[in-house]
Amino acid sequence: MSAVLVLVETDGGGATEVSRETLTFVRGLGLDVHALVVGDGPPGLVDQLGAYGVTTVHHADGDAFTSYAAAAWAAAVVAAAGDATVVTAAGTPRGNEVLAHVACRLGVTMAANVVEVESVSPLSVSRQVLGGSALEEMRLEDAVAVFSVAGHACDPAEAESHAAPVVHPLDVSVPEADLRARVVRTEPGEPDESGGLKSARVVVGAGRGAGGPDGFADLLELTELLGGSLGVSRVVTSLGWRPHHEQVGQTGSRVAPDLYVACGISGAIQHWAGMSSSKTILAINTDPDAPMVTKAHYAVIGDLHEIVPAVNEELRRRSAG
Amino acid sequence: VLVEADASAYGPADVAAAIADVVRAHEAAGTTYDLVLLGNDASDTGDFQVGIRLSYLLDRPVVAGVSTLSVDGDRVVARGGAPDGGTEIFEVPLPAVLTVMEGGIEPRYPSIPGRMKAKKVQIEEVAPSGTPVGAGRVRLKLPPVQPSQVEVLGEGPEAAGAVVDLLEKLGVVR
Repeated sequence: MSAVLVLVETDGGGATEVSRETLTFVRGLGLDVHALVVGDGPPGLVDQLGAYGVTTVHHADGDAFTSYAAAAWAAAVVAAAGDATVVTAAGTPRGNEVLAHVACRLGVTMAANVVEVESVSPLSVSRQVLGGSALEEMRLEDAVAVFSVAGHACDPAEAESHAAPVVHPLDVSVPEADLRARVVRTEPGEPDESGGLKSARVVVGAGRGAGGPDGFADLLELTELLGGSLGVSRVVTSLGWRPHHEQVGQTGSRVAPDLYVACGISGAIQHWAGMSSSKTILAINTDPDAPMVTKAHYAVIGDLHEIVPAVNEELRRRSAG
Repeated sequence: VLVEADASAYGPADVAAAIADVVRAHEAAGTTYDLVLLGNDASDTGDFQVGIRLSYLLDRPVVAGVSTLSVDGDRVVARGGAPDGGTEIFEVPLPAVLTVMEGGIEPRYPSIPGRMKAKKVQIEEVAPSGTPVGAGRVRLKLPPVQPSQVEVLGEGPEAAGAVVDLLEKLGVVR
């Protein structure tokens, strides 16, 4: 049986959420699922991968992998691929980067951010283009299909039957050329920059509708009244209205609060990817047809600059009474 | 340099090949490039690979997704975001290819005199060589629309009462 190889990214808790989504996604191909782990994996990782249906875990370790070098990782992927017919990773910056290297090495096409497999044989996939507002159906006709799986293409779910994976240490010879672009040192992020945001029970989200850097006072007051955190869409940080560490979405924090209040956020797929796990979503938007409104559980139609102050006042009134 | 081509027939490998051709042609004519800078990904096609493909064609090291860079002698020091939210620092021998991550960099727009001068610059037009391999695109389509389950609480500030009722029901009011 031919196989699909998944490059698995890890954090302290095991395989990252997006990597577990990717493992879930590729089980739909009906192939044997192999995983590649680079460097030291956290304890319990192999069992976790087995629960997600992985039958073989390739492990690349050694001097070439003590700090990140995309080309070295790609060498490991190629070595682990063996006769796999599909090679994937999560559509993260790292996943897309390594797979692009792999595609160059194998001389094949690469599809970034796939959300759906249209047909298995011949392999045809749909992937996000135009920031997720459209899908491109694409044929992958090479001997090895290389694609990344977009975040939230599916929910992570363990396999029906758990496997006990065989661990296969990889012997990869990494030439010096593959280590030319290598991390020489790292600096930690600002302490607890987004810690509060990621664990907040309530996140007040703000988008372009805030109107400018001065448009956040009422939103911050609502955040304060609800004991929550402020989260913003990418346009808000790109325009410099709020700092990057407040960004929610594919390139920001992923949040899953009890309540997400989306104020003036249209609901682009990248933002949705960062907050769709919220238990309840309340959208405040002038446009009743905005994706955020149609996907929300509750909505108020109108200008956030009129609605949010009224909500704040009502909250204060009731707490005083 | 303007590469005159039918963009719709071009996939990421074709774009990389066209850029590599220009770099090689200029180098043959005596202009060498220590750095080739590209965006990390196109906001329309979102391929995430042109810069990396270019680095293979030119046999140069590549760092993807950098946010700042500085040249230090025969090396370039590039910084980019790490998966854990920190920063990764690369020191790469020149010549190299870097792809720049969107966001975090303030664009510096050219001055009016600069723009006037730019109008007089001669643009080198290049016809691409070879037949493009394309993007493998079958068709574009819209994502499936989920049926909306939204409950509209009201319009405008008059909805504040209904909103706070909901907040209380959800137990998120302090």
